[in-house]
Amino acid sequence: MAMSLIGIIFGISFFVITQAQTSGFEAFFIRTILGTNGAIKISDRFQDMDGTVSKVSEDGKSQFFFRSREEARYTEGIVFPGEIRNALASYQGITGISEVLEGTAELSGVSRSFPVIFHGIRHHDHSQVSELDNQLIGGVMDNFTTDPMSILVGSRIAERLMLKKGDRVVMKGGTGTIQLKIAGLFETGVSQIDKNRIYIHLSTARQFKGERFAGSFFQVGLSNPEKAPELAAQIQYHLGHRSVSWQEREKVWLDVFKALRISSAITVSSILLLSGLGIFNVFAIMVIEKTRDIAILRSMGFSRFDASAVFLWQGVIILFIGLLSGCIFGFIGTYFISEIPLRIRGIFSTDSFVVNWDISHYLWAITIASVFVIIASWIPARRAGKIEPAKIIRETL
Amino acid sequence: MNPPRSLEKHFNYEVSKRPMKHSPLLQAKNLRYSFNEAGIPTHVLKDVSMELLPGEITSIVGPSGCGKSTLLYLLGLLDRPDSGDIFLHEKDVLKCDDQTRTVLRNHKLGFVFQFHFLIKELSVLDNVALPMRKAGHSATTSHKKARNVLDKFGLLDKASRFPHKLSGGEQQRVAIARAIINSPSLILADEPTGNLDSENSKIVYSVLSKLATEENISVLLVTHNIELAQSCNRVIRMRDGRIIE
Repeated sequence: MAMSLIGIIFGISFFVITQAQTSGFEAFFIRTILGTNGAIKISDRFQDMDGTVSKVSEDGKSQFFFRSREEARYTEGIVFPGEIRNALASYQGITGISEVLEGTAELSGVSRSFPVIFHGIRHHDHSQVSELDNQLIGGVMDNFTTDPMSILVGSRIAERLMLKKGDRVVMKGGTGTIQLKIAGLFETGVSQIDKNRIYIHLSTARQFKGERFAGSFFQVGLSNPEKAPELAAQIQYHLGHRSVSWQEREKVWLDVFKALRISSAITVSSILLLSGLGIFNVFAIMVIEKTRDIAILRSMGFSRFDASAVFLWQGVIILFIGLLSGCIFGFIGTYFISEIPLRIRGIFSTDSFVVNWDISHYLWAITIASVFVIIASWIPARRAGKIEPAKIIRETL
Repeated sequence: MNPPRSLEKHFNYEVSKRPMKHSPLLQAKNLRYSFNEAGIPTHVLKDVSMELLPGEITSIVGPSGCGKSTLLYLLGLLDRPDSGDIFLHEKDVLKCDDQTRTVLRNHKLGFVFQFHFLIKELSVLDNVALPMRKAGHSATTSHKKARNVLDKFGLLDKASRFPHKLSGGEQQRVAIARAIINSPSLILADEPTGNLDSENSKIVYSVLSKLATEENISVLLVTHNIELAQSCNRVIRMRDGRIIE
């Protein structure tokens, strides 16, 4: 019985710890990608929009979802950014709209050159849809906002070209060459971005690219990022531009995290299952050993329910101790795990284990453990309640 | 002790009212009981009828397998017959549901078996108090009454001991104390002296006899001990599932 109780305690605490880790990394990844690329990206204009979005009315409520974009044809970029911006402003739940002009160029430092992707932005707009200000690891944002010929450089680019704040760099490509001053360095944690992205002013980018009014895409921030898929479908339906939510954009990684979370939950739940089987075995043996006592109690006026209740109560006590101890150990374990140093760069940037403090992990652990223990107690308890006293006493004598 | 409310609720009679001296406490009419053994029906009881009077000590004797114990368990509401009627305090108890029969066992009946069947994890005091706790009395009240009963049986100094520390005779007297703690109308004893030496047998019988005479409790005793049976007010002889005398 003690082993089963320990199993429940470990099962619950491991469940909480593994869920805190996997969901912690997932949540951190989502925060990173929302803070870097926004909730919705609105880009190319559809040549043929029919068939890409369905609108379903049900109970007076409109729902939008994508059918297929596999065969859709696009016209690159946003043709009338001003009109699109005005239209986007009328949607509820949008917290910011940032127009971005994207292009490729070659960035040259003192001794080396490196191919980069530039994002022309208006800082005020972009700070509404990203965490760019918080991603700054060197320099001052004011230097960027006040100087149209300044540049923010990704940390990995800066490492490769050995650049630092205040250095001057040359950007080649587009209509020619421009000289820019490094206002700061940023690190998103997403290595693919940190090693090839730079930010410049939108006006400078337009000048560099020779496009006076055009934009490449809009980055949109939402008050509730979970609603991005439906809103993206609505925007695509209404504006005729390709709209991609962060869930669709990062589907591969989100699926990986989901698979990890589920597989760890299944693995850890097996500990709880085994503990439940242990309890079942102990109770089943106890019912056999105590059959005579149960029969005697029944002869004294104890009911079937009284006989069952003995085992159910024992199960409840074990469950209660297991739940309480498991949750406490899970909480403490999660804290210690979060303190373990772990340097990760790639899909996000962290120097320690990332954990998610979520009550739902505890509730799930409690639910799973309760189901196993209740079943494990209920079956022997039911058997105890079915004992026929006359038969048992007759056989005992 | 106050009359148990649960019994009134389930059985619809006043518990405090004991039956008159000569009206039967328990009546069994045409009881039949059989079971299947390897698909072959075995008739254990065949039209058994009998009655017990209050304060009377009655023994049932007969060869092994004649149905003595089965009859005792049927009368003790531990089992149900195939047919027939059992009246306790003139109420048909076979028509009662399982819950009512359980309450009746607690309040109106007491069992004593060949082996003491005390709960080994509980002290003597707790064993004796157990039926009273089930009846809804507090631990204090139950223990107080249990001490009184144990005192009556000369076992008060053993109250805190565990059953395995007692002699066979003492264990059986504790079992009797447990059977009478709720002041039942009827004690059903299945070979209560079967496991005891003659001296302890006499002590146990005298305890049962005293209960019948002094407390007006009916005692139904199944025994192989002819000498003991002869000491009872009445002897019922059984053979092949029938009462022959």
